[in-house]
Amino acid sequence: MLYKLSLKNIKKSIKDYAIYFFTLILGVSIFYIFNALESQTVMMQVSSNTQDIIKLMNNILSGVSVFVSFILGFLIIYASRFLIKRRKKEFGIYLTLGMSKQKISKILLLETLFIGLISLLIGLTLGTFLSQFMSLLVANMFEADLTEFAFIFSKSAAIKTLIYFSIIFIIVMIFNTINISKCKLIDLIHGFKKNETIKLKNPLFCTIIFIISVIILGIAYYLVTAGIQLLSEASYIFIPILMGIIGTLLLFFSISGLLIRVFTKLKNIYYKGLNSFIIKQISSKINTTVISMSIISIMLFVTICVLSSAISLKNSITANLTTLVPVDIEIKKERVYNKEDYLNSGHSIEEYEDTQIGIKESLEKLDYNIDKNLKDIFEYDIYRTEEITVEKTLGDYYLKALEGYPYLAYKTGETLIKLSDYNTLAKRYGFEELTLKKDEYVLVSNFDSWSLIRDEALKLNTTIKLNGKEYKPKYNVHKDGFIHISSNHTNEGIFVLPDEALENLLAYKSILIADYNGDTKEEKKEIENFLLKLNNHPYLEYTTLDVITKISIYEASTGLGAMATFIGLYLGIIFLISSAAILALKELTESSDNKERYKMLRKIGADEKLIKKALFKQIGIFFTFPLLIAIIHSIFGIIFCNYILETFGNEKLLISIIMTAAVLIFIYGGYFLITYLCSKNIIKD
Amino acid sequence: METILKLDHVEKYYGNKSSLTKAIDDISLEVTKKEFVAIMGASGSGKTTLLNVISTIDKVTSGHIYVGNEDITKLKGNALNKFRREELGFIFQDFNLLDTLTAYENIALALSIQNINASEIETRIKKVANDLNIKEILKKYPYQMSGGQKQRVAASRAIITNPQLVLADEPTGALDSKSAKMLLERFNYLNQELDATILMVTHDAFTASYATRVIFIKDGRIFSELNKGEKSRKEFFDKIIDVVTLLGGDLNDAL
Repeated sequence: MLYKLSLKNIKKSIKDYAIYFFTLILGVSIFYIFNALESQTVMMQVSSNTQDIIKLMNNILSGVSVFVSFILGFLIIYASRFLIKRRKKEFGIYLTLGMSKQKISKILLLETLFIGLISLLIGLTLGTFLSQFMSLLVANMFEADLTEFAFIFSKSAAIKTLIYFSIIFIIVMIFNTINISKCKLIDLIHGFKKNETIKLKNPLFCTIIFIISVIILGIAYYLVTAGIQLLSEASYIFIPILMGIIGTLLLFFSISGLLIRVFTKLKNIYYKGLNSFIIKQISSKINTTVISMSIISIMLFVTICVLSSAISLKNSITANLTTLVPVDIEIKKERVYNKEDYLNSGHSIEEYEDTQIGIKESLEKLDYNIDKNLKDIFEYDIYRTEEITVEKTLGDYYLKALEGYPYLAYKTGETLIKLSDYNTLAKRYGFEELTLKKDEYVLVSNFDSWSLIRDEALKLNTTIKLNGKEYKPKYNVHKDGFIHISSNHTNEGIFVLPDEALENLLAYKSILIADYNGDTKEEKKEIENFLLKLNNHPYLEYTTLDVITKISIYEASTGLGAMATFIGLYLGIIFLISSAAILALKELTESSDNKERYKMLRKIGADEKLIKKALFKQIGIFFTFPLLIAIIHSIFGIIFCNYILETFGNEKLLISIIMTAAVLIFIYGGYFLITYLCSKNIIKD
Repeated sequence: METILKLDHVEKYYGNKSSLTKAIDDISLEVTKKEFVAIMGASGSGKTTLLNVISTIDKVTSGHIYVGNEDITKLKGNALNKFRREELGFIFQDFNLLDTLTAYENIALALSIQNINASEIETRIKKVANDLNIKEILKKYPYQMSGGQKQRVAASRAIITNPQLVLADEPTGALDSKSAKMLLERFNYLNQELDATILMVTHDAFTASYATRVIFIKDGRIFSELNKGEKSRKEFFDKIIDVVTLLGGDLNDAL
C-alpha cells in the first residue's frame, strides 16, 4: 500500500521533481566522471614523469570529491526540503485521514529510495557515457597517444559514487523524518497559504545604498586591476574580496528599490503591456532573496574565474613553451673553490674533484657519448659576486622597493654574464644581440613584476660597481630575455657586462646547452631515454649535474596545466550546479503565489501569449541578474587572475572564456529552461 | 432600447450521461443598455455558472450568448481574450487585485494590456478615481487598503476600459455592511451618471435592492423577475424579500 502510494506520488509530482532529478543526475554523473579519471589515466601510455603528475592529480581529485559531496549533500537536502514544503497539504490530508506521522515518514523514505535509485542509475549511465568523451579530453591534455579507443567503465568510481550518494540519501531521509515529525497538522493544512506583505523600501534610501555599493565595488575593482600595487602584501587581497562581498550584498539590497524608481519614471515603458507587473514581480523576488542572490552571484563569479583561469592556464603553459624552451637540453653545474669548506660540509673528495672539471668531462665519466647524442653544444659560465646584490643594483630605488615588496630577497647576489656569451645565446634563442661600451651594462629579464621594479631602478640611471669600476645602464628599461630554459617567465634579472669586466671573476656555475642529435620526435625521445638510463651509472654519485630537458619541462607543465584544468572544471561545474539549482528552487517556491497572480491576469483578459512572455521575462531576468553581476565581477577577477598567473602568460584567454561560456550556457541554461517549463506548467491551472 | 446582452436558450450540463447535472437549464434573458441587473439565487442554483458562461470563463453546452451583436459562444483563443479585455469589466468577490502593484498600477494594467499609452492611462485613471472616490489611495498597495477600498479599486479597473458590460460576482461578499453600502451607491452612480450596464450576481437581498431589475434563479431556471420601476429602494427591498421567502429553503440566509 505504502509502496503504491509513494510510487504514484513520484509519478504524479514528476514535474515538481524535475529540478530535483536534474540536480541529482548531474551531481551523480559529474561525481562519477571525475572519479573515473583514475581508471582512464591508468590505461594511458605516458612517461613516468607524467604518471607521477597524474597520480597526484587523482589524489587531489579524490580529496576534492569529499568537499564536493558535502556541497551536493547540502544541495540535495535543500531541494528535498523544498519538495516537502510543496507537499505540505498532501501530508496534511494524510494526517487528517488518520495516517500516523511514522507512516508518512515511511512514504517519504520509500520515495527518497526510489528517486535515489532512479537518479543513481540514470546518473551513472550518463556519467559512463560522458566519461568516454572525457577520456578524449584527458588524452589530449596529457598528450598521450590515443591509438586505441577503449570503452571504459570504472567499477571503483561507480562504487564510490554509490557509497557517497547512499550516505547523502540516508542523511536526506533523516532530515525528512525530523522535518515531518516536527510539523503540526494545522501548519500542514494551511502550509500553502502564505500571507506576504510586500516589504517596500524607501526609493531614496535605496538609491543612496546603490551608489555606495557601486563605489565600494568600483574601489574593489580598482584595487585588483589598475591599483594592484597598493596590495603590497599577500594578505591585503582580503580587502577587495571583503569589499566585493559587501558591495554585492548592498547592490542586491538596493537594486529592487532603484529598479522601481527608475522604471516608474519611464512611464511609457512601465505602463506597457505587463511590464509593470513583471518589474514588480522581479523586484519583490529580489527583495526577499537578497542574501541568496548575493551568494549565488558570488558563486557564479568564482565559477567563471576558476573555469576560465584553469583552462587558460593550460593553454598558456603550452603556448609559452615554444619560446621559453628553444633548446633540447640544458645542463648546469656549480663550481666550488673553497675545498676545505666543501669537504667539511659532508662532501667526498670525489665529489670535489668532479666540481673542478667541465660539464663535458663529467658526461664522459658517465660514459655518455656526447658526439653521438648531442649537437650544437655551447658551454659558458655565469658569475655571482658579493659586490653586486639586488639591494645594490636597485640603488636609490631600494628603499621604495623595500616598502612596496618587503618579502623579496634583497641580499642575494645578482647573476652576471659576459657579453660575448650572452650574444651567442641571443643568436640561438632569437633575441636581439647587444653591444656595450666599456662602462655599460644591460639588464635582461622576463618576470613582469620584477621587470617593473628593475625598470624603476634603471630609470634612475643606477650604476653598479665591480672591482672598483663603475658601470651605467645602457638602456633605461630592461631587455626581454632569459638564459635558462623553463616553463615560465622566471628570469628575475641577469646583468650583461663587457667581457673584460668579468675576466678576473671565478665562475659561479657552468652551463651547457645543446640540441639532441635527432630530427623526429621518436629519435629525440630515444636520446632522452638514454639519458635517463644514466641514473644507474656508479659515477652519478659523485657528480652534481643539474639536467633539464625540453621533454621533461613539456611533460611537467602540460601535466600541471591539465591537473589545474581538471580540478578547476570539477569545482567550477559543481559550483555552477549549486547556484543554478538554488535559483531554480527559489523561483519555483513562489510559483503557487504566482499561480494566483497569473490567474488574475487571465481574468482581466491578458493574452496567453502575453502571459507566457511575462513569465519568461520574469524568470529570465531573475536568472540573468546574478549572472550579469557575476560577469561584471569576473571581468576584473580574470584580469586579476591573469596578473597573478602572469608568469604563465595570457595567451588564448578568449578560447577559455568561450569554453567557460559553453559550460555555463549548458548547465545554467538547462536549469533556466526547466524552471520556465515547470513554472509554465504550474500557472497553467 | 439597445440590447447589450442576450441569452438565447442557454444550457450548461456537467457530468456524463449516467449522472447529468443541469447547472443552467434553458435560460433566456436580455439586458438592455444602462440597466443594472442583479441575479439572485441560493448556492448551487447556477447563478455563478451563468456569470461564468457570460464572462466566457466557461463554455455553454448549447444555446447562444450575444454581447452587442457578437455571438460570444463562437469566439476562440485570442479573440476570446480580446473580447474579454475590451468588452467586459469584471468585479470579483475577493477583489483579485495584484498584491505587488499599487492601486494605480492595478487599474493601469487593464489599459496597458490594450496597448493604450501612458498619458492616456493617466487621464483616464484621474477621472475614474474621482468617480469612485479613490484618489487618496492610488499610491497604496492592496495590503494597505480596507476591503471597501479594494473593491472600489477593482470596480475602477473594471470600468476604466469603457466595457459594454460590467460583470460583478458577489461584489459585497467580503465587505462589511458600511463598505458594501458605499460600494453599491457607487455602482448606482456608475449606472445612472456614466451609463454603465451592470450585471451582478448575489445572494444578498440588500445588495440586490440597489439594482434596477432582479432575476431569481432556482435549479438552473429563471424562477421570477422583479422590476424596480418607480419604487424606492426600501420598497424594492421588501418586494425582493417576499420572493426570497417564496423561494424558501437555502436562500433564507439572505435575510
